[in-house]
Amino acid sequence: MPRVAFTRNLQRHVACPPCLVGGATVRESLDAAFALYPLARGYVLDEHGALRHHMAVFVDGTPVEDRRALGDAVSATAEILVMQALSGG
Amino acid sequence: MSNQLLISTRKGLFSARRTERGVWDLDAVAFLGDNVSLAMADPRDGAWYAALDHGHFGAKLHRSRDRGATWTEIGVPAYPTPPEGHVEKDFLGREIPWRLIRFWSMAPGLATQPGLLWAGTIPGGLFWSEDHGDTWQLVEPLWHMPERRKWAGGGADAPGLHSICVDPRDGNRVTVAVSSGGVWITEDLGKTWTPHTKGMRADYAPPELVEAPESQDPHHMVQCPGAPDSYWIQHHNGIFRSTDNARSWTEITDVKPSVFGFPVVVHPRDPNTAWFVPAIKDERRIPAEGKVVVNRTRDGGRTFETLHRGLPQAWAYDLVYRHALDLDATGERLAFGSTTGSVWVSENQGDDWLTLGEHLPPVHAVLFV
Repeated sequence: MPRVAFTRNLQRHVACPPCLVGGATVRESLDAAFALYPLARGYVLDEHGALRHHMAVFVDGTPVEDRRALGDAVSATAEILVMQALSGG
Repeated sequence: MSNQLLISTRKGLFSARRTERGVWDLDAVAFLGDNVSLAMADPRDGAWYAALDHGHFGAKLHRSRDRGATWTEIGVPAYPTPPEGHVEKDFLGREIPWRLIRFWSMAPGLATQPGLLWAGTIPGGLFWSEDHGDTWQLVEPLWHMPERRKWAGGGADAPGLHSICVDPRDGNRVTVAVSSGGVWITEDLGKTWTPHTKGMRADYAPPELVEAPESQDPHHMVQCPGAPDSYWIQHHNGIFRSTDNARSWTEITDVKPSVFGFPVVVHPRDPNTAWFVPAIKDERRIPAEGKVVVNRTRDGGRTFETLHRGLPQAWAYDLVYRHALDLDATGERLAFGSTTGSVWVSENQGDDWLTLGEHLPPVHAVLFV
């Protein structure tokens, strides 16, 4: 199962420890994680479901290309990291 | 009189209290390290609201029902998804996102409208809540009116709705001001909107657009609670006043040391008495001659007194944002905070000032509670 881990800096606002989830795309896996941590969704995605401008998602070390639909494929053993972009200060 | 001040800063929401010795001291901070863009206190139920602007994580809203002892995160406005392929552009052709960037004003409804809150945002959307901020709805008629697309950023990349005046005589009548986009009034709780900028002018616009409603850049607008036909605006172009329920505006000129600035407050009962914090305009945006002063008029703008006792009068470059000057409900106590982290309080309508803080983070807003 893909593993989703959120930046430690987000834990100050929302408790969301790493979790094993289902999903074949970044969207599906993140949706599964947000089902566990509903409040975290608005911190990572905007109101249209797109990745916030100063957030970054890596799948096995590669930044996702589709920041809007989050359609990048993930494998069953993928490590999905939700990070802050340095551009945000 | 209010004995407590909330100070919204780039790095937290600070509280200051008046002690029994008659001095003001900082006594608490919430959200330390987080960017607090504004706070609001609802006189109907005593609830406090704090709007946060996380750089990475977006704009958030928190509510306290115990005067800041504990805070709970509540809902935030959501902009609608634009039609497929729609690219929104401002008056100057720059892209405007349909996405909440920042809270820029909040106001409660009247006592007859329990739970009703208004929120103005960047990029220009006005939202309302009927459940104390748990959920929010976009005021769609204002957002979708064609004139809204002529708004442009003023001090920020995108337009911002920074002033909301709920008419104390009729909660269905709401006046809002936008940087940059003029003054708009609804008489029917947001269903229809009309511009109210007659008499304003915008020197910074091309000649053909100097008087256009959307060209006007009111920096801050207030309505006198005790005489609600009277409004004051600190405009990019100067000071404007209305005494006819915002049907027309009169420009106040020749104000020393400067007619430029951001904030304005009006006395709660005397519409002729208002305060401003002047600054050198566009080119520099600093206090004139390095002196921090407050301007007060008691005669509707015919004359102004420049108040300075207790304020730094040399080498001071404090700029005061539009929400960073407040007056308590008695009309006696004033406070203002600056971009360089200074806060001053007056207990005699500005005649004398006490320094409350000199090393706070940049101050976005102050609020007596």
